[in-house]
Order: sequence, then C-alpha cells, then structure tokens
Amino acid sequence: MNDSLILICRCEDVTLEEIKEAFNKGFKDIESLRRHLNIGTGPCQGKTCIPLLEKTLAQLSGKNEIETISTRPPESPVPFGVFIKRGKKE
Amino acid sequence: MKSFDVVIIGGGITGLSTAYYLNKMGVKNVLIIEKNYLGSGSTGRCGTGIRQQFTTKEHIVLMRESVKLWKEWENSLEHPIHFKQGGYIWLLRNNEELKQYKNYVKMQNLLGVPTQIISKEEIKEIVPEINTDDIVGASWCSTDGNAYPFEVIDALKFFVESKGTTIKTFEEVKNITLKNGLIQSVITDNDIYYTSFLVNGAGTGAKKTAKIIEIELPLENYRHQIVVSEPLEDFLNPMVVKGELYFTQTHRGRVIGGTDMNESPTDSISTSIDFLEKFATEVVKTIPQLSSIKIMRQWAGSYVVTPDHHPIIGPSEISNFILGCGYSGHGFMLGPIVGKLLASYIIDGKMFLPEADNLTIKRFKEGKLIQEKAVIG
Repeated sequence: MNDSLILICRCEDVTLEEIKEAFNKGFKDIESLRRHLNIGTGPCQGKTCIPLLEKTLAQLSGKNEIETISTRPPESPVPFGVFIKRGKKE
Repeated sequence: MKSFDVVIIGGGITGLSTAYYLNKMGVKNVLIIEKNYLGSGSTGRCGTGIRQQFTTKEHIVLMRESVKLWKEWENSLEHPIHFKQGGYIWLLRNNEELKQYKNYVKMQNLLGVPTQIISKEEIKEIVPEINTDDIVGASWCSTDGNAYPFEVIDALKFFVESKGTTIKTFEEVKNITLKNGLIQSVITDNDIYYTSFLVNGAGTGAKKTAKIIEIELPLENYRHQIVVSEPLEDFLNPMVVKGELYFTQTHRGRVIGGTDMNESPTDSISTSIDFLEKFATEVVKTIPQLSSIKIMRQWAGSYVVTPDHHPIIGPSEISNFILGCGYSGHGFMLGPIVGKLLASYIIDGKMFLPEADNLTIKRFKEGKLIQEKAVIG
C-alpha cells in the first residue's frame, strides 16, 4: 500500500509518508518528530497514533527501544466549565 | 575535537536566533549544543505572545525592534512561522489600573509604539465575546501579536543548517576550559570543541552553565503552566490580558493561555489541578462562552527570572563569554532582537541599541536595576 494513504495520526491527518520524509529531514527523535508534524496533539492525545509512531520510528532507526512521549493531562478533553470554582472568591 | 568561531549552549530561540544573525552577518562556523531536542525548554513551552506593551524604556525599545524583526522573519523565512499581528488587548479592571496604564501608554507612544486606551464599546468591536461588566477599558496595541514556537524553531533550524551551522542535540555540556582568562573549549559528554566565543543561551540551565566557570548569575526558575483547548473556528485575533490571566487563539484554532499561581522558585515543571481551576474561573468570567469548550492539554515550563525582570544580555566579566538569559517570561518574544544584538556584539564588539547596554550583567554589581511592572501569566 502507498505510504501516502496510510494514516498514522487521525486527529491531525499525518501519513506514514510524511513521517518518513520528516525522519529523513533530521527529525529522528520522537519528541521533535511529534512537534514537527503535530502527531498526537489532537483530541485523542495520541492514544492511537503514538504506539504506531513508536513502531515506525523503531523500524526507521533500527532501534529496538524508542522512548515514549511525556503524557499530559487531562486524559480526555474536559470542558473549562467543569473546573470553575463556584461560590469562592478568585 | 573541532574548532568553531562561536559555540552556543542551548537550542532554544536565543541560540537559534543568534546563529541566524551570525550566519547572516557572515560568520558560518557556528555550533549549537542542545542537551535535549530543539525547543525542549522554555521556548517550546511558551504562550506564543509577542508584545511591546511594557513599562520600561529598555523593554519597550527592544520589543519595538523585535517586532520589526518578527515581520522580517515572517516575510523571509522559507518555513512558515505563523507570526500574526492580532494585537494585545489589556483589560483594565478599575480606575486605578486605567490611570496607571494611561501613563504606560504615554511612555510607549513616546518610544514609537502605537498603544491606545480604548473604551468598553471599542473592546466589543475588537472581541465581541468579551464580558465588559467588570472592566473600565483596555490598553490596546494593534501591532503586538504572536507566533508559533515550534514552527519558529523549525524555520530557524532549516535556515542555519543551510548556512553551515552545526547543531548537536541530546548532547550535554559537562565542562568549560579557560586559557589566559578567556574561554578556550567546551567539553560535552560526546566531544571537545575549541571556540573563540561561547554564548550562554541555556535558559533554565543558564545559571548552572555559568557556574562551571565561577560566574554567578542572579537567576531563579519559576514554574508557569499553560492550557490549550480543542480546536475552534477562528474567533479570537488578539491576545487578551486581564490581571494575571492571558489567552489567545493559535493558527491551529486552539485557545491557549495561562495565569500566575504566584509560586516560589522551583525547577519542577509538573502540572496541577489548582492551575486549571484558576485559569478556567478567570477565562470563563472573561469570555462566558468558553465554559463549554474542552481543555485538551496542559503543561508547564519555566520563567527564568532576574531580580528586576529584565534579561541579562551581552558580555560578562570573561570577555568571550556572552550571555543571553533571564528573560523572566519574555524570551520567545525577545528572541529576534536578542539574537541580533548578541551576533553584533560578537562581530563588532558592541550592541547597536543603547538600551541593550543597560541590560548587561554589570547592572547587578553597580546596583542599576530597572523594574518591569507588566509581568503576566
């Protein structure tokens, strides 16, 4: 299958081809690759794409172990309204 | 072992901007050493804002010049940096603030920054969603704006690498050697590099880096948190500031912002639910419609703060050890002008703005501190 048709990150619409291109441009670690392509920065927070990215990066770099990304709260998107402190002074 | 004209410690905006101007001015044999990935420190964690609304001549003039350079970068760098002049709208909560900001506006105008005080009705024309019930007006500068940190990092990386700059990431400086009172070499966990000049653009690590050669920098790291929402249609052009709160919308549609938790110095960059509560409360009071908008992600970074909230730039007591640190929360916006000033100092032996000479490390010894009052987030 053509790499440009293989979608790795569904939220940010990033394909396998784009990951390979970025890797060849010098984005060889997971954090800078992720920031360059915005992989895993959409609403799912990387739950589906980051494992695929790790696997792809392992294949491209020939390494067995790839460091994973720093995970950030919240676990899934939560409205601002939920966090409002009601009846308290600012 | 290799020799360079200039070695820069730190692959954030300071290091990349300095390399950019060195390359432009003809110095090509430059090395940047970054202990993590590019932009992994305060640059990549910042709130994207670029403003000229400050309260001292030094900050106003440097930022006025920096905005000119941001425009040049937007127009000339091949990779888009998404610099946008959407303005900063600084909401004023009472007559006391209004009076104070009228004075700041006068000073900014005298120095060529087109800030003005606007009414509640004019605020509504710029951002109709803003709740004006608890404010009396705003300080508005239409030429302030923002840019996207990681696109800026990429754009500068591509430029400087094409001009011959070497970038080493995941490499850490372990030692610095002196010879006859001057820097001679930098030793990392990987190699040794000889150099004519060494730039300390190490951000949160700048204090530790200077300590290697027994230079004490009056810097403290403070944690500041940021939150980003799910993507929305474009509705918010300017950066909105209200008390300790700031927020804007990025080119990717996300609302991004922060607020000050007034914490003690720490190297921690963990996140807290207290911050989310304070931010959510303040932001929803300012734009009630945001209540139903979802928070997607929160993170923290550091302000590297000096006793007078102004950066330390230029020469140190070791004449080939150049400082670019302690921006106190304004390092990203100051990046272009600081890079140009440091490159000029390295090449010509002087910084081209008299205001920059007031910002060297000397001021702490001589007791010539300059207090900045407008520090947010």
